[in-house]
Amino acid sequence: MSDKQQNQEDKFLAPENRKHTVIGPEGEEIHVDPLNDYFCQDLPKVEAPYKGILEKFLNWARAESLWVLAFGTGCGSIELPPLFSPRFDAYRFGVAMRPTPRQSGVLIISGYLSVKTLKRVIRSYEQMQNPKYVIALGSCTINGGMYWDSYNTINRLDQYLPVDIYIAGYMPRPESILSGFNKLKERIKNGDAEGANDYAEKLDWYKANQKKIIKDWNMPSYNW
Amino acid sequence: MNIFLKILFVLLGLFIVLNWGLIMSGIIRKIIARVGMRRGIKVYQPYINLIKNYSLRSQLTHGVMFYLGPVFRLSGGVGIFLFMPLIYGSEYWSNFSFTGDLILIAYFMFFGMLGMALGAGEGGHPYSGIGVARGLAQFTAVEVPFTLAIIALAIQYKTLSISEIVAAQQGGIMHWTLFTNPLATIAAMLSFLGAMGHSPFNVVMAPQENPIGPPTEYHGTFLGVLQTNRAILHVVEAVLYMNLFFGGAGNWGVLILKSFLIYFWAVFVGMVFPRFRVDQSIPWLLKIPLVSGILAIVLLMIK
Amino acid sequence: MKEIIDHLKKRFPVYEIGEGPNGVILMSVEAAKLVPMLTSLKTNHGYGILVILSAVDWLEDCKFQLTYIINNPDEKRDLGIRVFIKREDAEMESIHSLWEHAATFQREIKEMFGINFPGSPRVDEPFLLEGWDNLPPMRRDFDTKQYSEDTYFPRPGRETNDPAEYMKQKLYPDE
Repeated sequence: MSDKQQNQEDKFLAPENRKHTVIGPEGEEIHVDPLNDYFCQDLPKVEAPYKGILEKFLNWARAESLWVLAFGTGCGSIELPPLFSPRFDAYRFGVAMRPTPRQSGVLIISGYLSVKTLKRVIRSYEQMQNPKYVIALGSCTINGGMYWDSYNTINRLDQYLPVDIYIAGYMPRPESILSGFNKLKERIKNGDAEGANDYAEKLDWYKANQKKIIKDWNMPSYNW
Repeated sequence: MNIFLKILFVLLGLFIVLNWGLIMSGIIRKIIARVGMRRGIKVYQPYINLIKNYSLRSQLTHGVMFYLGPVFRLSGGVGIFLFMPLIYGSEYWSNFSFTGDLILIAYFMFFGMLGMALGAGEGGHPYSGIGVARGLAQFTAVEVPFTLAIIALAIQYKTLSISEIVAAQQGGIMHWTLFTNPLATIAAMLSFLGAMGHSPFNVVMAPQENPIGPPTEYHGTFLGVLQTNRAILHVVEAVLYMNLFFGGAGNWGVLILKSFLIYFWAVFVGMVFPRFRVDQSIPWLLKIPLVSGILAIVLLMIK
Repeated sequence: MKEIIDHLKKRFPVYEIGEGPNGVILMSVEAAKLVPMLTSLKTNHGYGILVILSAVDWLEDCKFQLTYIINNPDEKRDLGIRVFIKREDAEMESIHSLWEHAATFQREIKEMFGINFPGSPRVDEPFLLEGWDNLPPMRRDFDTKQYSEDTYFPRPGRETNDPAEYMKQKLYPDE
């Protein structure tokens, strides 16, 4: 990393994340570099799947127990709560909402993504553990939708995150989201849904795309 | 009896209890779904969740205590199980129960919470800390009426051994503590609501309030261990209340039926009543349950 | 209502008085006289609420228009006051001392139009755009379509139709 780039990143750092010195109880000086000390600097690795019938069994379990991160990005997030109402009842497909990215395996991008939101989406996605899947709702995530010429919303989600399933519609009704879940299940059971490994493999390309538009990159290069 | 045979039966009992716990949580969630006019999850969904969590490919840790938190929690659940006589009169299914096991079990009920608090604290997430603070405060309030009920039983039966308490309740339904000492039963059953963490008392882990409390940072195998413990703990605590207040069980069928009904008591209340905040739940636990627990002791002392 | 207008006419250089939609009275005033006028309206005439502060870019006239809409809750009446300022190094007096929440409007206008409000609290912090390094995006000389095409990887093969033409061709192909 060049000095200039380093300075550029320092400019956007929150005050508590800058390098600073703490005076200990006995007067000693402790130098703190939060980005190195508080965050893990390792990059993700490709985790090879098992072979044969064991992986098939595990994939079945993963497909039948989809835990969705409760995170809505755009107008489509209003279509998600009805999924768990008596009328649509996504629980019977093994779909459940989890409030924390650590425990969830599916990230639903529900609508247009502004650059500001994309930063939070990347943080949430990287905190999820392998294997993880991304479902993108609506035309906004496919080609920008009606925000295609906006100065602040991205056009194609697959440039920034590995997308497993696109659900077309503006916005897709809960029925089509349920059908999307079933498509995702088929994909997982076939062993095709290796988005997390894909992300780890092509991390440089994804990071270059992300840093191109997120100009105030003030977080570690990979948010464990 | 041969010690190896004993260990074999303990492990077998643990296996049965674990499976019954998982199936029971599936059935309960199915019932909750049907009350809400939904189809609900598959009954075996807890098994799938468990397999999925144990098979996560990448995991990360925040330090040694982060590892030990779920281990302490699980040892709390298994510890209660180890000293709990399951079937009355059976040498094989009485585990390692001894004369003072009631005290040890009451200790183990808090032990897991404390271990979890340490581990969740190391996770560093602010919601973990909030959840831990609420959980420990509420569980302390739960323990007070429960301990009073235990003291009342100890005075009534003049023993601290669960096996002897069960033995004293044999010979018909009217000999159960439920009828011989109703005040202690009221105190204990109301504190049971708090111990189970269903609706009125689920502010600790409610996703709408603080997502999702102590296990915020736990994932994969850590979460799998926590879920395993949950399945064991729910059955074992129901069995404890069954032994203390509802005459114990003579065979596995009775045990399964009674533990289900006792656990369903907490679920039933949870389905009917909305959630307490923690500053409402602690005063609630310190009113009727506490007073009835004290009255139970006082009445026994007067006699 | 007429009394207030007459009163204002006497004291301040107001012009272009007219009626907007929903009975809102619109008037223009010179930029230097805006803050005294708003202060007078707030303290003497009961216009205690700042409803919105927004900006318009008149590129051809090299002007920015700032619109202050204030509300009188007792008479249930709105008053819109327009101010025209020059476009280069655009700067306007801050009114956060009259209404605290005006600071947020001014922060947004600073970011979207580049109009500076010296002294307004936190006016230099990013509001919606984090780390923006281009022209302020709501200025009309900023080409948002070109920027989007350069930055956000447009998906090839996208077709755009004028809805009126398209439906006309669909429904009445012969005409």
